[in-house]
Amino acid sequence: MSPPVTPQDSLVTVEDIHTYYGKSHILHGVSLGVGRGEVVGLLGRNGVGKSTTLKTIMGLVHPSQGRVLLEGKPITRLPPHKLARLGIGYVPEDRRIFRLLTVMENLRTGLDRAGVSEAKKQELLDKVYAYFPVLAERRSQAGGTLSGGEQQMLAIARAMMLEPKIILLDEPTEGLMPRMVSQISQIIDVLHREGVAILLVEQNVPLTLAASQRIYIMEKGVVRHHAAAAELKADDAVIHQYLGV
Amino acid sequence: MDFLWHVWDALAANRDIIVIQTVNGIVTGMILALVASGLTLIFGIMDVVNFAHGELFMLGAYVGVIVLAATGSFWTALIVSVLTVALIGAVLQITTLRPLIGRDPLTTILATFGISLVLQNYALWQFGPVARKIQEPFTGQFTLFYLQYPWYRLVIAGLSAAIITALYLFLRYSTYGIWIRATTQDRVMAQAMGIPVPSVHTAVFAIGAGMAAASGVLFGPLVGVNHAMGLDWVLKAFIVVVVGGMGNLGGSIAASIFISLLEAYASIWVSPSQAIIVSSVVLILTLLFRPTGLFVPTPK
Repeated sequence: MSPPVTPQDSLVTVEDIHTYYGKSHILHGVSLGVGRGEVVGLLGRNGVGKSTTLKTIMGLVHPSQGRVLLEGKPITRLPPHKLARLGIGYVPEDRRIFRLLTVMENLRTGLDRAGVSEAKKQELLDKVYAYFPVLAERRSQAGGTLSGGEQQMLAIARAMMLEPKIILLDEPTEGLMPRMVSQISQIIDVLHREGVAILLVEQNVPLTLAASQRIYIMEKGVVRHHAAAAELKADDAVIHQYLGV
Repeated sequence: MDFLWHVWDALAANRDIIVIQTVNGIVTGMILALVASGLTLIFGIMDVVNFAHGELFMLGAYVGVIVLAATGSFWTALIVSVLTVALIGAVLQITTLRPLIGRDPLTTILATFGISLVLQNYALWQFGPVARKIQEPFTGQFTLFYLQYPWYRLVIAGLSAAIITALYLFLRYSTYGIWIRATTQDRVMAQAMGIPVPSVHTAVFAIGAGMAAASGVLFGPLVGVNHAMGLDWVLKAFIVVVVGGMGNLGGSIAASIFISLLEAYASIWVSPSQAIIVSSVVLILTLLFRPTGLFVPTPK
């Protein structure tokens, strides 16, 4: 029994989106959903449109067809900065740290918003510094001088400054050493416990299966398979079929 | 060796001229830095080469003339001019540049060039070809060797430095400064962090326009105000921006002073209009040997 394609209490719903880069048709009608506080994995080989799906949700590319809903309201045409303020955090594949800004300034890009009290700001900072002590140590250092793993932590911490309802996490463990990978998987658990939903794009299948409640598998621009993570853990035939691992 | 001794002798005999030209170079350099920092800020964040920058400088000077005539206060004229031209800059950015974002850079060059022509001809039509004068706020002088040097020139240099320092502190410490720097580095990620990038672009254009206006009013008393006054300045400002490294604020400021000093020294021996060749030579050498700019750290 597969779970329903979109969960009952849906936070983000993607309905049949078609996205183009220039003339190349990347997404051929992707539909998926992420419930409140749910961790959902998006698996698939390279180039099947996983990152494009995240970018479309974030408003960085516009779908030619289909729509994206946040808490039931259409957000398809909103600019990214409005989506960020509505509670969508984005951690891109290449991290995109502001390299010339210090760690603290990187965090302030998300923290300095209207309606956030000084006490609240301090609380958010204390929280990420507790999770990522290395960022506290390096708070006055330029983002570009951090190691790959540290930059990944900063990218996640920066998204957390927005107090997002959902974080779109694109290959957070790519190129990281094993110790860093386990730290990233811990922070996913922490975010999950705090009730932040996560849409996780990963190549690391075991980590994704362990971290997620549900999994979508994409192939050639569409979602081919959808299942509870526990189901895929018990039976790896599907994973083998689509991912060859 | 003999040759060097001759140069030293010549310098010793002209020490007074060298000091005077150093002061002149720094004064001109600070005004130029004020024009160029707006230009480089706009380029850095939007990749827009603003050909209308000289006309914003000119417009600032004219607004200064009008307000000075109406109120009699130079400082009121300065402030009103900065605010008015900043507002005009914001409107220009929203109406002509915002729709062009993401298009070929050539379109923004044509658009700003068009704005420049419109503003220049508007000024010619409105104010006529005769240069207007802005009366300097005070006329005191001090003796510099054989010259009576106007205090006002030093005040210009000081004020320009103060405005640039204020800009630096604003960019360095304020939330909006962080937004501007983040947007300059990565427009897409800045948006994804909730920074309203289109408004940041407009604000930066307005700041650049306001700074150009400030330089127009401050420099007005020295040169006279006419519709074509922006041309010389914007050309020099472009040279400075390229030599300093496109989009690099500190580099532009250093290059402004460097080039103005070189021109000032060169005009000891040749006429000032020939001394301009020096900045062109620096520009060509920079483009040939260090196209990223003289005053930027070597890229890693």
